[in-house]
Order: sequence, then C-alpha cells, then structure tokens
Amino acid sequence: MAEPTLTQEPPGLSPVYPSLRPSGLRGIVADWASDQRTFKNVSWMKAMMWIFLLSDTFIFSCFLLSYMTVRMSTVTPWPNPSEVFGLTVAGHETPLLLIAIMTFILISSSGTMAMAVNFGYRRDRVKTAVLMLATAAFGASFVGMQAFEWTKLIMEGVRPWGNPWGAEQFGSAFFMITGFHGTHVTIGVIFLLIMARKVLRGDFDKERRGFFTSRKGNYEIVEVTGLYWHFVDLVWVFIFALFYLW
Amino acid sequence: MAQATTQATVSQAAAEAAPATGAHAEGQHHPIKIYLLVWFWLFVLSACSYLVDYFGLQGYLRWSLILLFMVVKAGLIVGVFMHMAWERLALAYAILVPPVVLLVFVGIMVVESHYTLFTRLFFSGVTP
Repeated sequence: MAEPTLTQEPPGLSPVYPSLRPSGLRGIVADWASDQRTFKNVSWMKAMMWIFLLSDTFIFSCFLLSYMTVRMSTVTPWPNPSEVFGLTVAGHETPLLLIAIMTFILISSSGTMAMAVNFGYRRDRVKTAVLMLATAAFGASFVGMQAFEWTKLIMEGVRPWGNPWGAEQFGSAFFMITGFHGTHVTIGVIFLLIMARKVLRGDFDKERRGFFTSRKGNYEIVEVTGLYWHFVDLVWVFIFALFYLW
Repeated sequence: MAQATTQATVSQAAAEAAPATGAHAEGQHHPIKIYLLVWFWLFVLSACSYLVDYFGLQGYLRWSLILLFMVVKAGLIVGVFMHMAWERLALAYAILVPPVVLLVFVGIMVVESHYTLFTRLFFSGVTP
C-alpha cells in the first residue's frame, strides 16, 4: 500500500518551500505544536536514524566519560599514547602514524559517502553505487588496520587488566572504545554493501519493494546510510582527539 | 492585512510548486563544490591535529588546539555532510541540544574522579 496521505500536506504548507514556514524559535514552537508530525520535510526514516544516532552518542559518551574518570583518578601514570601507537618506519620512530593513516582513510570515506548521497539524489545509479562501494572499501581497510593495531598491542602484552607501561585501565578503555567503534564501522560496511547492491540493481528507479518490509525504496536511503556512516566518522574524531592525542 | 498577503503568497507559491512536488521533495540537493570544500578542510584540520602530536606540543596549548580542531571537524561533518545546517530547527535542536547536557555529566565525573584520587592517595598511602 502506498501512503500518500501522511506525506502530502495541505496546500500552503508545501515542503518544497520550507522558508514559508515560520523560522527561528517561532518555527520550533510551531513545528512541535503542529498536527501529524513534528519534523517537517524529514521522512520517518531520516528522523528515526537521527534519534538512533542520538542514543548512540550517549553510548559512546559513556565510554569516553568512564575513560576520562579512570584516567583522572589513577595513581599510576597513564601510558603515553604517542609512544604506544608509534610505528618505526625505516628505522625512524614516527608517533601515531597508523592512527593518522586510519583517520585520513575514514575522512576519505566520509567524502566519498557525501558524494554518493549527492549522486543518489541526481538519480545517477552507477556513480552512486561505485562511490558507496569505495566508501565500503575504505571502511574495510580501516577495520583491517584496526585488527593490525590490536594484534600489535596484544603481542606487546596489552590486556584489559594490564599493560607493560602504566595504568591498568589503559587496556580496558582502549579495547572497549575502539572495539565498539570498529563494530560500528563493520556494521556500516555491511549496510553500505547491501545498499550499493540495491542501487546498482536499480531498485530505487523501479521502486522495487524491499524483501523484508515490502516498502518501495527511494534514493533517500542512501542519505540515511550516509548519516550512519558520517556518524561513525564523527565518533572517530572524538576518539582520535580524546584517546589518542590527549 | 499583512497576514492575508502572506497567506496569498503562500498558496500561490504552493500552487506553483505543486507540479514539481514529486516523491523526492524531501531530499537534500546541494552543489558538489561545498562537499569538496568541506572534505578539503577536514583533511587540513586532521593534519593539524596530528601535527600537534608530531611536534609534541604540551600543556594547555596542546589541549586547547586538540579540542578546537575536534569541535570544528565535528561541526563540519554534522553541519554539511549530515545536512544538519539545512534542516529545520525543530530537528536540529532536538538532536543537538541533548548532547550538550553531557557537559554536566563531564563536570560530575571530574568531581567524582578527584574524590577517588583523593581517597586513594589519602587512605592507601600510594604516591603518584
């Protein structure tokens, strides 16, 4: 069943002219006090993704806050991340090299994702799918590097209950935070591959129904996938600053 | 009077827009240039925050630079890549205001960890 009634608004409230709605604080009150739905011009799909991301923000915040708490309250010195995550390249000690490469990879993937969303709205099937696949490839290489990093640290004796350089809590905070982030990246890669296949097959041009929900898809799902992916990048920005650089 | 005029404009605009309003009226269409520009700045800012560590800056300079680059990068990603800058304020505030409350949580945990450190130093006799 199509659902025309919910998305179509009465004349005078056209979603294509958002500026005709009251703006500013008056607009917030008008939107929140209005009929049918609060988030005008935003589909249920995008609104729900944003609300999920908000809840995920709190989860990652709890991890980073507990990391802050243990780091501030420990009586043994915190291992220096600059040295712990340094790599020796050609006999030259470079601080945080792997982490820097991972950061640039994730930023590149965010860029390709943003372009995929753009080409999705231009209904350019092939370009959208290729850019999504490129994003997935960047994401997969990020997870690969993370696996390398974990292996290296575990070989050096880092455990959730101790490490050779200082405060025991370093290991538990590291594995918990980066592990949870890596899981998010992995889920994102899977999500991207599924959506890229749908785009390439032309599901959103032919309005083919999804196998699980039987709903007709459209290119907005590319943007919603993108929201998730950019969020993963966003979390990395905070982990990079607060865990690796601090 | 002014209200009547506005309403007339509104319905006129809506009537003009009606044929163009398809299934994709809710999408975000922006020129590619702005994405490339933000992409470029994200690279520059990431490089800057890496250089903070590379040159081994310490103390308040290090922390303020790290936080500055972090906040600007987060703002660019949320604002442009996630299109929050173009969303209506009802959504933007609903999503962006709750995380601000986390700063209170940060404050509580700072007090708590100071207290924990104090008890460890005072009662267990360990010296840092």
